[in-house]
Amino acid sequence: MKTFAELNFPGRLIAVEGLDGSGKSTQIYLLKRWLEAEGARVYFSEWNSSEIVKSATSKGKKRELLTPTTFSLIHATDFADRYERHLLPLLRAGYIVLCDRYIFTAYARDVVRGCPPAWVRGLYNFAARPDLTFFFKADLEVSLNRILDGRPKLKFFEAGMDMRLSADPYESFRIFQGRVLEQYLAMSTEFNFFVMDANQRVEAQQGIVRQIVSQRIDLARFKRKSFLPLPPSTPPDKKLVEGDDENEA
Amino acid sequence: MKKKSYSQNQIVIPPATQRRFYGHGIPGVELDELVGKLIAVEGADGSGRSTQIARLVEWLETSGHATVQVGLKRSTLVSEELERAQEGNILSRTTLSLFYATDFADQLENIILPALKAGFIVLADRYIYTLMARDMVRGMDEGWLKNVYGIAPVPDAVFYLSIEAEELVQRNLSKNATLDYWESGMDIGLSRDVFDSFVEYQTKMQSAFRKLQKSYGFTIVDGNRSVDDINQELRKKISGVLAGK
Repeated sequence: MKTFAELNFPGRLIAVEGLDGSGKSTQIYLLKRWLEAEGARVYFSEWNSSEIVKSATSKGKKRELLTPTTFSLIHATDFADRYERHLLPLLRAGYIVLCDRYIFTAYARDVVRGCPPAWVRGLYNFAARPDLTFFFKADLEVSLNRILDGRPKLKFFEAGMDMRLSADPYESFRIFQGRVLEQYLAMSTEFNFFVMDANQRVEAQQGIVRQIVSQRIDLARFKRKSFLPLPPSTPPDKKLVEGDDENEA
Repeated sequence: MKKKSYSQNQIVIPPATQRRFYGHGIPGVELDELVGKLIAVEGADGSGRSTQIARLVEWLETSGHATVQVGLKRSTLVSEELERAQEGNILSRTTLSLFYATDFADQLENIILPALKAGFIVLADRYIYTLMARDMVRGMDEGWLKNVYGIAPVPDAVFYLSIEAEELVQRNLSKNATLDYWESGMDIGLSRDVFDSFVEYQTKMQSAFRKLQKSYGFTIVDGNRSVDDINQELRKKISGVLAGK
């Protein structure tokens, strides 16, 4: 699996991965603000945000119609739509593309839901590897508390209730997130994740993120030369607060 | 006058046979429990698929078998969205392909597998092969497709109603007075002329089917014959399946 740089794309893709509540969305948002201010060609795309596929996903989630297989396939459909229509052309045009979650989210979650690992990886084998992947590693309890404190009502799939781990949504959420974390850690070396200590203060983490990005990517190459506005991100207005994708109605 | 009596032919109980998935399958499914039978009929629009399936249903139900039908773009989950996306022709090929796979998986888990478990004869008005052939014609990787559709159970019989592209043109025009955008492969840009595009696309589809036939080994049925002749051939093969052959 090659990176976009290895495939000779002029653009670069940076992805963030981690549990719900690990702070990854906040960090990529701040990275985006910085790159914008520096005058870079930058584009942001969030997991599960394709307009076309969204209505099917929300219907499936609301009516609890999804099985592990259809859950996996519908997220792959969403990803493929963003990948083919936005990511690839923008990377060809020399953009820095920022992804809040990438295929590793599917590798982790779908496998926890019981899909065969080789099948899931095969589904996504049309996608290239990010040039840089940050994994936000927080203590499980920290992530859990961030979600459970702020938003006490857990949605069915978000809590992994479809897996019948526990009749109690909070307990189910804990077990589910714990298993997802195990999956992430198991693939960390294989995909060369840059592991961030997500227990640190927001500013401390952002300092490291910006430093690593400038070390690994020749940002000077991505300076905007024209006065064209930056393309609209998907979804359009990103909140500073962690916007959990599974929670999107 | 002789009183006409009801026929009391012995109803055949199809014996359970060894079932398997093409690939990874669906997690948590007990294959031994799938005691029903799965029959797939493939073929282009105008090949007589629906007519044949309607006849088979009639025959099977009269013979005492419960049937259920599935087809493409009929899932609760994504059929409307898929229809809408296709109208605008806004999806790229991998996306469209995965959307169809989602549609198939939804029907597989909610209709096909439960029906097979309940001992029904499931008639699939097109199955994974049409989906694969369409994508192959659009240049998608066959290995990738095989992995995606590794979730599908292997049917007990698969028929491909084969008809020359020129004859399909005649049948489609006679029925609709027009050629369907997708069935003409207009999205690929083979020709700006819908007639030429239809013929070229359907010819490509046929070679894709012949290629798939080599690895999936389904029965190619000469669709240029009469409805009755074709139905006789299908029944003969299906009778064999029901008898456990």
